[in-house]
Amino acid sequence: MSSLDIAAIKADFPILKRTIRGNNRLVYLDSGATSQKPVSVLDAERDFYLNHNAAVHRGAHQLAEEATELYEGAREKVARFIGADSNEVIFTKSATESINAIAYSLGNSTVGSRFHLKAGDRIVLSEMEHHANLIPWQELARRTGAELVWFKVTDEGRLDLSNMDDLINSKTKVVALTHQSNVLGTINPLEKITKRAHEVGALFVLDACQSIPHYKVDVKSLNVDFVAFSGHKMLGPTGVGILWGEKELLDAMPPFLTGGSMIETVTMESATYLDAPKRFEAGVPNMAQAVGLGAAIDYLNKIGLDRIHAHEVELTKKALEGLQTINGLSVIGPKELEMRGGVVSFAVDGIHPHDLGQALDQFGIAVRTGHHCAWPLMKRFKTVATTRASFYLYNDLDDIAALVDGVERARKYFAER
Amino acid sequence: MELDSLYQEVILDHYKRPLNKSLAPNPDAQVHHVNTSCGDEVTLNLHLQGDQVSKVTWEGVGCSISQASTSVMTDLLMGKNVEDALALVEEFQTMLQSKGKDSGNEDHLQDGVAFAGVSKFPARVKCALLGWMAFKDALQQALKK
Repeated sequence: MSSLDIAAIKADFPILKRTIRGNNRLVYLDSGATSQKPVSVLDAERDFYLNHNAAVHRGAHQLAEEATELYEGAREKVARFIGADSNEVIFTKSATESINAIAYSLGNSTVGSRFHLKAGDRIVLSEMEHHANLIPWQELARRTGAELVWFKVTDEGRLDLSNMDDLINSKTKVVALTHQSNVLGTINPLEKITKRAHEVGALFVLDACQSIPHYKVDVKSLNVDFVAFSGHKMLGPTGVGILWGEKELLDAMPPFLTGGSMIETVTMESATYLDAPKRFEAGVPNMAQAVGLGAAIDYLNKIGLDRIHAHEVELTKKALEGLQTINGLSVIGPKELEMRGGVVSFAVDGIHPHDLGQALDQFGIAVRTGHHCAWPLMKRFKTVATTRASFYLYNDLDDIAALVDGVERARKYFAER
Repeated sequence: MELDSLYQEVILDHYKRPLNKSLAPNPDAQVHHVNTSCGDEVTLNLHLQGDQVSKVTWEGVGCSISQASTSVMTDLLMGKNVEDALALVEEFQTMLQSKGKDSGNEDHLQDGVAFAGVSKFPARVKCALLGWMAFKDALQQALKK
């Protein structure tokens, strides 16, 4: 087993000590939706409000200075964590907002600029996108007349790249892809796709919500142009997301939200805008949340992403093995561990996921059931919903055993009635 | 086990052997409702004869609660006049929104009272109401014609 001291880690997450539906130990297997938070993150937020609260980047007083230092310090931590420069790291309220910021910025660009999309241009996605990396592009396509095309997904839950050169052609302006599927656990092979995207001059947008919290992602070496991810899936607070972009692109792009903090000069008629990151941070930001995210990154660094990843691979291996011993259970997504993360979706014959999830909840096991904000992918696998277990650093083999046992108990419960 | 209060025998029976689950042609109204949080779907065809609900037929996919509840609803409301049918929908809805306080009037709701336990599970109330809300919608559309 991995070198992580799970008992010590669990102790940092008080919520894991509570009981569920009577006296059941909480088995939290829904970190793909949102992770739990260690005390150090809550303390960091509380300390900000208790001792340093002031609007950042304004005011000459000491509190404003301290708040700014903490907020910009958090940006530094995010930047180091993903191998970026801090002036390329933009705080948003969520990964969803990060992707919308890019889509709206492109939509706001002037005719003839390299960011402009027009009828006949192409946006390339995949069938495994979360709605957050699908709907903003549908909307951009609708507004500009651009065409939406997508990679299909194979029966094994991998991207079908056989028609890549046709999909990504000279008309392609944007390729937006998830790094790791939130449903299947599939990690996508980016190298080939980013190479092709840049050959045709397209911008590459990566949804890294399910990857950056779990293993080392160095944005500079990925050959992508933009990366979006959220704080709350990586031990941080809700209300803070990240948009990373190549500095040269960000500075040239029109802003999405406009207002205070993002301007250089203002007259009654017009304004000029600051460079990134401030260009994309209008208004007083979610300061305490950003500081909390900084503390979450400290925590992840202290444990070590490589060890966290190795631990999750071990958990995933046991889960795949255990679940597949259950009668009538089929895993939806890759069954091998290569290029796959700690997310396992499955179906059990004759039991709807909602009913299965309900039964598991009675045993204290929290899983996600439903379409996982990936409706097209559900249709692809000819279903309306799946049950999904997702793992993180605070899960252990007992949690996996509880899941396997719980699914078997639920199966028997419904089969025998 | 607390699960038994949710998954009563009658619910699992309707789930395994749903009633009126085959769309009758030429309805006075057809509606398609989805539960956006979990993707459950119901298509419902309503036939009226004068002020009588003559036929309620449906197709759908979803959890046992949504599918069984729709089955129970069609069986209960068919043959009722419009006013009584609507009153029963209201009564069912009130029971479901009672957070476990209203066990339902079996004389009125018949098999429908099996869903009283669902009202203790807020996330499932929408499942139990899916077919009933589809019926209400279809009735309003049919009456407008």
